[in-house]
Amino acid sequence: MATALASTSTSLVLPQPLPLDSGQSLDGVTIAYETYGELAPDKANAILVFHALTGDQHVASPHPITGKPGWWDRMVGPGKPIDTNRFHVICANVIGGCMGSTGPASPADPSAPDGKPWGMRFPVITLRDMVRAQVALLDALGIGQLHAVVGGSMGGMLALSLAANFPDRAARVLAIATSWRHSAQNIAFHEVGRQAIMADPNWREGDYYGVGKGPDKGLAVARMAAHITYLSEAGLTDKFGRRLQDREAKSFGFDADFQVESYLRHQGIAFTDRFDANSYLYITRAMDYFDLAEEHGGRLADAFAGTTARFCLISFDTDWLYPTAEARAVVHALNAAAAPVSFVELKAPHGHDSFLLEVPALDRVVAGFLNG
Amino acid sequence: MAELRPDLAVIARHVAPGSRVLDVGCGDGELMAVLQADKGVDARGMEIDPAEVEKCVARGLSAVQGDANRDLADYPDHAFDYAVLSQTLQTAERPDLMLQELLRIGRKAFVSFPNFAHWKMRASLLWNGRMPVTRHLPVSWYETQNIHHVTVTDFVQLLQDKGVRVERSWFFSGERELGASGTNWRAEYAVYLLSR
Repeated sequence: MATALASTSTSLVLPQPLPLDSGQSLDGVTIAYETYGELAPDKANAILVFHALTGDQHVASPHPITGKPGWWDRMVGPGKPIDTNRFHVICANVIGGCMGSTGPASPADPSAPDGKPWGMRFPVITLRDMVRAQVALLDALGIGQLHAVVGGSMGGMLALSLAANFPDRAARVLAIATSWRHSAQNIAFHEVGRQAIMADPNWREGDYYGVGKGPDKGLAVARMAAHITYLSEAGLTDKFGRRLQDREAKSFGFDADFQVESYLRHQGIAFTDRFDANSYLYITRAMDYFDLAEEHGGRLADAFAGTTARFCLISFDTDWLYPTAEARAVVHALNAAAAPVSFVELKAPHGHDSFLLEVPALDRVVAGFLNG
Repeated sequence: MAELRPDLAVIARHVAPGSRVLDVGCGDGELMAVLQADKGVDARGMEIDPAEVEKCVARGLSAVQGDANRDLADYPDHAFDYAVLSQTLQTAERPDLMLQELLRIGRKAFVSFPNFAHWKMRASLLWNGRMPVTRHLPVSWYETQNIHHVTVTDFVQLLQDKGVRVERSWFFSGERELGASGTNWRAEYAVYLLSR
């Protein structure tokens, strides 16, 4: 394994209360973030990377719980497409998350360290609230305009939201395998996951912190259902087919006979080691509420009126979660807003997860766009 | 501009500085790059081949992967000062509709195309009885992308039928620019600047 990239892991408490789309506000918001590469004296070489639903700030440094390499280790680092020899890369845990930024597992009253966690009393947040929090982080770091904001999946939505709501904060916007709103199908899959968590008796209306066991079974099922949406049908067939798991014949029972069952169960269980069930509820809710057109009077092009950024959208031909048509709708809107936009649909066999995996053309487009 | 193909060089010479240009079928962006560097043009491209789009993005140009037969509809009216269609008209599903789209999106349009009535083509068909394969049309009939063979005279007729105005035209044989007479015999390809 490659040696871990030097990173700075830190957190910051926002000096001001964070206003939320719900009308509420959050005091004493903590943002946990990592940085890689030197910030130039003029602070003009910063790239903000937004993570996806179950990602975190460890974009290119080992995960503190699993020990696995960062989730975009292949993309971010010295000499890599997002080159930390040139750029100062910032990646922060979204609010609502569970890796150090304020979320449902955080104490409701930050001034009382022994205070009870928020649980379901945590306010429902939106993707725009997450963006607002990270813009406040940039303010605190003294970074005016980013060289680029980059994200895949939910991270791409956050990047588009930043471009729409804070048009002067990024010179380049790179959104990968993403959409401008959550479709009925997207919401439907998320609702299955949420109901799985809430149906677990250990969920206890979200009040499971300090009890010893949380809704791991429900969270695992949620992850299993979601994981299917990240892969292509052809990819699943390729990887597992109908092959049996460590056995010669079907068991005529309900063990994981098939390799694909075993794989999904493993994915589900492993996920519960590193993710908080309530965070999963809050972040999926935020994604379901996302509709960039609705936020701007129903017309997507109006979301980008007055932008001066250059945009690049990338989709994958096997991604059925956020298919090419969604990226094209964004391109259409950007054309209508006369914004400079590039778009490419890349061929990759892995479905939605292609943005995290080995796709050489993706590396070339990312590097080309950030350096161009 | 010495590097450009002669039809692209003509276009590059006659685009007004600082204008907005959409290059339909932009390839690897060679025209856009010249327009941007030499004329401060705000250039955008559309290209069907993702590998070519990738090259555009890598040079810092804005290009959208799309099929001009379908995706030009995504652009608003008069979004550009010029729409450029070089050596692509004869590959369009409906060249007449594409021409209308160009002049909807651009206030003016540059269109270049190979002339199928050039004397070498006529001779090839007349004497050999075979579909011509030439320097400018090097691909056999069964694999060519050129599905709507057009001549200078045909094109002028289409413009008349559609009420399109010719602002200027240029005709070439190889690298050499020709005079305006007998072009339907003599020109290997033509470049038109059009408006409504």
